[in-house]
Amino acid sequence: MSTRTFGEPIKRNEDRRLLTGQALFIDDVELPGLLHVAFLRSQVAHAKIRKIDVSKARQRPGVVAAYVAEDLGDYWKPGPLLVPPPPIAGIVFNQRTQVPLARDKVRHVGEPLAIIIAESRYIAEDALDDIDVELEQLPAVVDLERGLRAGSALVHDDVGSNVSAHVRQTKGNYAAAAAKADCIIKRRFRYEHGISSPIETRGVVAQWDARANQMTIWDTTQAPVFVRNGLAAMLGLNERNVRVIAPFVGGGFGPKIMMFYPEEVLLPWVSMKLNRPVKWIEDRLEHFFATTHERGQIHDAEIALSRDGKILGIKDVFLHDGGAYDPYGLTVPINSQCTLLGPYVVPNYDSTFTQVFTNLTLVTPYRGAGRQHGVFVMERLLDFAAHELKIDRAEIRRRNLIPADAFPYKNEIIYQDFQPLEYDSGNYEPVLDMALEAIGYKTFKEQQAAARAQGRHLGLGLACYVEGTGIGPYEGAKVQVQSNGKVSIATGIGTQGQGHFTVFAQIAADQLGVAVTDIDVVTGDTDQFYWGAGTFASRGAVVAGNAVNEASKVVRKKALKLASDLFECSEEDLVLEDGKVSIVGIPEKFVRLGDLANQANPMRGAVQPGTEPGLESTQYFGPPMGATANGVHAMVIEVDPRTFDLKVLKYVVVHDCGTVINPMILAGQIHGGVAQGIGNAFYEKLAFDDQGQLLNASLADYLLPTALEVPRMELGHTVTPSPLNPMGIKGAGEAGAIPVGPMFAQAIEDALDLKERGVELLEIPLSPSRVFELTRKSGQ
Amino acid sequence: MDTDDHDITVSVNGVRYKRRVESRMLLSDFLRHDLALAGTHVGCEHGVCGACTVLLDGQPVRSCLMLAVQAETHEISTIEGLTDKDGAYHPLQQAMHDHHGLQCGYCTPGILMTMTAFLEENLSPSEDEVREALSGNLCRCTGYQNIVDAVMAAAQRMRG
Amino acid sequence: MKPAPFKYIAAASLEHALSLKAEYGDDAKFLAGGQSLMPTMNFRLAQPAILIDLNRIESLGGIRPGDAGGARIGALTRYRNLERDAGFARMFPLIAEALPHIAHPQIRNRGTIGGNLSHADPASELPAIMLALGARFHIQTTKQTRSVEAPDFFLGALTTDLQPDEMLVEVELPLSKPRTGSCFMEVARRRGDFAIVGIAVMMTLGNQDECTHIRLTFCGVGETPIDASSAADHLIGSAPTEKAICDVAASVQAMIDPGGSVHATADYQRHVAGVLTERALQTAFQRARDGH
Repeated sequence: MSTRTFGEPIKRNEDRRLLTGQALFIDDVELPGLLHVAFLRSQVAHAKIRKIDVSKARQRPGVVAAYVAEDLGDYWKPGPLLVPPPPIAGIVFNQRTQVPLARDKVRHVGEPLAIIIAESRYIAEDALDDIDVELEQLPAVVDLERGLRAGSALVHDDVGSNVSAHVRQTKGNYAAAAAKADCIIKRRFRYEHGISSPIETRGVVAQWDARANQMTIWDTTQAPVFVRNGLAAMLGLNERNVRVIAPFVGGGFGPKIMMFYPEEVLLPWVSMKLNRPVKWIEDRLEHFFATTHERGQIHDAEIALSRDGKILGIKDVFLHDGGAYDPYGLTVPINSQCTLLGPYVVPNYDSTFTQVFTNLTLVTPYRGAGRQHGVFVMERLLDFAAHELKIDRAEIRRRNLIPADAFPYKNEIIYQDFQPLEYDSGNYEPVLDMALEAIGYKTFKEQQAAARAQGRHLGLGLACYVEGTGIGPYEGAKVQVQSNGKVSIATGIGTQGQGHFTVFAQIAADQLGVAVTDIDVVTGDTDQFYWGAGTFASRGAVVAGNAVNEASKVVRKKALKLASDLFECSEEDLVLEDGKVSIVGIPEKFVRLGDLANQANPMRGAVQPGTEPGLESTQYFGPPMGATANGVHAMVIEVDPRTFDLKVLKYVVVHDCGTVINPMILAGQIHGGVAQGIGNAFYEKLAFDDQGQLLNASLADYLLPTALEVPRMELGHTVTPSPLNPMGIKGAGEAGAIPVGPMFAQAIEDALDLKERGVELLEIPLSPSRVFELTRKSGQ
Repeated sequence: MDTDDHDITVSVNGVRYKRRVESRMLLSDFLRHDLALAGTHVGCEHGVCGACTVLLDGQPVRSCLMLAVQAETHEISTIEGLTDKDGAYHPLQQAMHDHHGLQCGYCTPGILMTMTAFLEENLSPSEDEVREALSGNLCRCTGYQNIVDAVMAAAQRMRG
Repeated sequence: MKPAPFKYIAAASLEHALSLKAEYGDDAKFLAGGQSLMPTMNFRLAQPAILIDLNRIESLGGIRPGDAGGARIGALTRYRNLERDAGFARMFPLIAEALPHIAHPQIRNRGTIGGNLSHADPASELPAIMLALGARFHIQTTKQTRSVEAPDFFLGALTTDLQPDEMLVEVELPLSKPRTGSCFMEVARRRGDFAIVGIAVMMTLGNQDECTHIRLTFCGVGETPIDASSAADHLIGSAPTEKAICDVAASVQAMIDPGGSVHATADYQRHVAGVLTERALQTAFQRARDGH
């Protein structure tokens, strides 16, 4: 085999098109006769609909059609439940899914009321002003606790309360453990997560071709196969008559897998109805309301410890803001519930959550997907425990780490993939050691004191986490050698910048002895690959990557078999490299892969019974459960003690995601995750008023970190392969984002001696103003 | 109501285009949809994200905050004109590839236009200067570090 | 997010622009750099019927010497022109210090001085700087010219003294006296964001380092840029001590009435205004004393 590419920092195949402005993104799809769509969206969070009259809009020159819910007839129905609740005893789940256009009632700002189709987006927006709308505003459910009180307004009247779901999961017996504890610490935590804000918003283009009886949909989805299947059913078409293409997608981060967004349901219907192609591109203002969020949780958590800092148990009761509808089931709060346990031995756990309907945009997973909420609670509890018990904060973490010989480690509760939460492999202590070394933990106290003597306030933050990744059910891949000798790989997942065009090529390149640059990867086109689930939960490289590996192995075997027949020699005497099969020791005796592929599709003559044409294979891979990655982040910040503004001076990530396919791409994933984590911790906050109005719906006021806010990051890796797949890989997409919040809280407390001043930071996001208010309230 | 249309002549990447446009047509939409130069991307349409950055007479500007009619008589440069005639990368394109300075690639054209203009003026930038120059372009994928490294590497290469 | 329809007229000259404005009044808006106007039009928060584009009027841009020293800045001068003019930066170090805080390079390439001041966003840096520098605003119609002092120009949030037929055509900045130190500071959530609190200070010292003149202005803490110079009256006549500076900060905090926002509470703004007052006065004093 030629030089191994697996594990090497191979430069990306997809870069050229992106660097030269030649990559096809959704808004680049231009079709003859294309019409443009704008939506009339509710300006209020909760209201009865008295009237929506689009007749005047229909009269405007350039407007082709306008529809309200009633015009949809039988096509109007609530969307499917995307993720059903896991099999947990005693679970309560009230399924209320979103609708294509609001009828009778609106439940959040931005919910679509009417759709306008016009010759241009400009005209479509003009026509929105022509629509006559009468809404009878109702009190909005915004606050989680108030929403659960008797007498609260109801988001869904027929549910009878605002409870979307209620779940309790336990391990051991917390009450018994607490009774024996030396120390119990109880706090209330609030954690808000924001909006994904990819630089490309969402979009849908639908083209109905009546002559071909074919629907083609370009969609910025992370899950094209499910979009195809769902839309085919809704539209009354065969799945084979619907093609969904996720072209280059400008960032996903979770919310682009929500389905079905109203726009996804409506555009194909409109295209069929008008027999014209239609395009809708979400604008940035719409994105703030129409693309799903991740938002708040309130935790009442307590930890019971022995005097030496060993965790005896944790009890947590929390509320989760689900938004107006719950099509994504319980993925986010279950991630919080499970990930809270972290890399630690927690013998007893009692966790209960209530998912609450509110009159706010739907909540679905966004990078981290509730994991950071849980990590925040655990890491903060350990910080306070360390303080209380006078144990060093790194030491208390070390004492509780799951030992290396305890894997696979069973946590006894059910995870988001419906499987028991079990960590497949891990070796946690070296990761902590590396991070402490890299951040200079041993000497930090001296460094801090020296800086303080000069009036500078330094603080250190340290947080540990695990991340459940690479969950099922499955993905597949088709690997095909073409007659020109190049290799084509197709898989059903979507890609949004993760480097799939390169890492999948690396996997195949090693098996097939071809250059990475000679391998063309297609993702997200249902006509190229029929089956699959999608890109979520840090699973693309793990699940689809292993399918590529399996298919490549079969193609390799086929190539060697064909060549051995040709050369009339044994397969063991053959070598496959540089795009050809040759006989060991006789390099001039060779056949090109492309020629073998050609021969595998004979034009004349007879073949053996059972012969399959083509030098290709389609294989599927489904892991028995998710693989658990882990890591430790540490940082040093400097805080201005008077304005409370801060600067990150040093940032360290040490991470273990099993075998690494491409360290360059992996580093990029970590960098980007940390940047989003920093945004979450200190800059990004969705600010709602008590009527559910978002007060900062612009990128001028919703603060994405820029190059000046994101520090340089130092990365370290350890490798503990996963036993759950032959390549030993674990996912990494979300790792960077997960532990950042508690580090900010811890480091700010450290820099400003807040614990000594009686101030604890129990919430995220923080800001200079918020830290000022908290210190002031404490009378300091 | 009759639309307020104007005949304009605009030079983009050295090619002169004559078109009739409505006065409210944003330059970003004009480039993307009328001229089919879709490499210029649109991210926010309120001048914050920087994805739509093009060069107006050599200076980076937001094309979502300009009207197409305003480009009359001006020279616009977009991502499509950044490689040389044979398709060879600009040193910054090469450095972005080498340093993995892009992931989804959506913000990339705006970043390339901003930072190639920056390098025209400052071939020996400090990291802080690069970050300052980059701060008007939002990237949600990379955390900026590899972009900064790419710009520094391109500067070094361009210094020769 | 596409603008509503409007009629676009590219003014060929200042006279042309003014005659159009005289004709259309409040129905028309001048389009200069467009960096504030275009976003509000894209959000359809502004829907002017007529847009008068000033960008072809070359005579409206540029920096020229003032009558009694100092400088006159044409309304169409872009931030970038100021940023690249080393002589201007030496003459007005306060502006040079503030420019990097104003948005981002792409915005500064396009945004104009006249456009910014006419827009009169109270969180914007430039209006407060004009107050600190004692700028005079020259205003023109087809019939007449007049000029106003900066404090009389800014009447409220996004509201100026400009009448429907008027244009701000030039800003006149007086030359500062010898031994003047300036300082601009701001706290914003990210560099380039509008200020949560911004402060501009001009302090002139006599031969004994006694303070002879002081201007102290703020952005972000009221409906207009705020001139808080009176809070520093008692500094005049002696070299500022730490205690005296702290007193100024306390007076400032009592004087201003910030509104708070999604980014900061009013109390935080008031607190930071005090902190920045102390820091900026100290810095300006040192700079005046050290001669830079």
